[in-house]
Amino acid sequence: MRTIPFRQALREAMEEEMRRDSRVFLMGEEVAQYNGAYKVSQGMLDEFGPKRVLDTPIAELGFAAIGVGAAANGTRPIIEFMTWNFAVLALDQILNHAAKMLSMSGGHFSCPIVFRGPNGSAGQLGAQHSQAFESWFANIPGIKVISVSNPYDAKGLLKAAIRDEDPVVFMESEVMYGDVGEVPEEEYILPIGKADVKREGTDVTIVSFNKMMKVALGAAEELAKEGISAEVIDLRTIRPLDWQTIVTSVRKTNRLVIVEEQWPFSSISSEISYRIQKEAFDYLDAPIRRICSADANMHYAPNLVAAFLPDISKTVKLVKDVMYQIK
Amino acid sequence: MQTPFGKETYLYWYELMLLLRRFEEKAGQLYGMQKIRGFCHLYIGQEAVAAGMMTAIRDDDNIITAYRDHGLAIAKGITPNECMAELYGKATGCTKGKGGSMHFFSKEKRFFGGHGIVGGQIGLGAGIAFADQYLDNDRVTIAMFGDGAARQGLLHESFNMAMLWNLPVVFICENNHYAMGTSVSRTSKVLDIYRLADAYDMPADSVDGMSCEEVHKAIDRAVRRAREKGGPTFLEIKTYRYRGHSMSDPAKYRTKEELEEYKEKDPINQALATIMQNNWATEADIEAINARVKQQVDESVKFAEDSPYPSDDELLKDIYVDQDYPFITD
Repeated sequence: MRTIPFRQALREAMEEEMRRDSRVFLMGEEVAQYNGAYKVSQGMLDEFGPKRVLDTPIAELGFAAIGVGAAANGTRPIIEFMTWNFAVLALDQILNHAAKMLSMSGGHFSCPIVFRGPNGSAGQLGAQHSQAFESWFANIPGIKVISVSNPYDAKGLLKAAIRDEDPVVFMESEVMYGDVGEVPEEEYILPIGKADVKREGTDVTIVSFNKMMKVALGAAEELAKEGISAEVIDLRTIRPLDWQTIVTSVRKTNRLVIVEEQWPFSSISSEISYRIQKEAFDYLDAPIRRICSADANMHYAPNLVAAFLPDISKTVKLVKDVMYQIK
Repeated sequence: MQTPFGKETYLYWYELMLLLRRFEEKAGQLYGMQKIRGFCHLYIGQEAVAAGMMTAIRDDDNIITAYRDHGLAIAKGITPNECMAELYGKATGCTKGKGGSMHFFSKEKRFFGGHGIVGGQIGLGAGIAFADQYLDNDRVTIAMFGDGAARQGLLHESFNMAMLWNLPVVFICENNHYAMGTSVSRTSKVLDIYRLADAYDMPADSVDGMSCEEVHKAIDRAVRRAREKGGPTFLEIKTYRYRGHSMSDPAKYRTKEELEEYKEKDPINQALATIMQNNWATEADIEAINARVKQQVDESVKFAEDSPYPSDDELLKDIYVDQDYPFITD
């Protein structure tokens, strides 16, 4: 199978959907003439023209609002945020308008819109450019939240998001745009709300998503060297959460570790932990454990960045802890 | 009074404004009786804005507004029955008992709500207009907001992009002089709100909102401009709400004299005076209109009273279009 970079997978998803449906357009900062701050939309202005690939002023609230209004009136916008850190300026439009359009209007107006962009940390970018927002948006009824870890899922799920009739928050990562992965030439769509077992195992289940999947898979590799068989699940969709796949795995492994870049309080791991203790209480041989980002703002110094984030060694250590291998 | 507007227009304005007023007077009473709950913001005094607008736009043009939405919704064609039932929270309401007073909507009437976050609908209105331009329709969107919302940042972002992309939208600030209890002069050095458009080179005007004629003329010009691809207009329509901000507001921040000054310019009385001066109706004709309006309002109350509440299983409906969404239920 051919291999392509993450950013190309995202671009192909948008291009294919824009060729298929003239109601789909892309709007955001630097998406057109500049070819995208991270080159995700490279070449799209040339193919689709300025009517369908629109540069906006730096006005996240404003262009999100225009997207939401346009979605309620017969179009299917893709709104790119240069990062989700900036999208908090548009939170009112996502939370109070997009997510509530259908219910507040008693079913009169739907809002088929995709808000997408990179999420989480990307090196020494300081406190305001390093935040992971899945748990914030996953809290909101009325929207769906997707957070992808590889080019194949990125393409299949972005196509599904664009075709979805409900508002979708779609999260990528600056540090993965160059990652290369297998993506078939032929068209495919992946279902929203389905997790993926990326590695089968028998001793412990590790659940993760987005770029922390690299930590989860890296830890599984290390653990294998020591004879510990870890099953690794990529959530892919955060809301709705495919907890059944986790339960199935935990019934087999009896142990669960969650690795995520969220802050710990009311995180995705908090929700998973509740669900698994309820649905698989009798199958657990150890407490559910997790590694989140530090309960702090991210600092600049490289050692403090490393201390802030989950990593392979912390994950390996935690897995050994739930295996009762650390005295 | 000489007027270029004929008998038919004036009788339409009079009956529509009277319907809005009587409907809301009744809603106010019913609120006092706790038949209607939640927040309830009455439009009484501002009716000429809705009436003058209706004769200046097409049926398929779009309106979006804030939470003081009863008058505009009825004017745009949502029936008093559906509106009163919505105020009661009944299943037969225009949003099935899900929106309430602040969130009236109708896709068929192209009434895009009914929004409760001050100023949020300014950008939505630009977006609705964006979609019509994108889809090559010649509809125009009227995006309404109050003088309070004129101080929100989204106004500036929306004005800027609406001009940049030449969107077919008419922004209307219904300046009723008070953002809840705070007067315009206490929120900005710029008291002429229409001048905010200057920063974006947007045509703008100040309009007497107690006169249907003035409202009609200003909106007619703006809508023509938008439909002929001339881009947005900003109208500041000066009006007055006779009641408080919401039902719990005794309006102690303004004087009785100020209220009386506006009541003397009451738009319904103005319209009636013009009708009588031109001999467009007899006393008996007016009595007949008044009776018809009263009957419509009474019927809407009966309709709302007799309607059922939404069934409990509506709780998880209309949250997603997706019919199979796996809600968390425990």
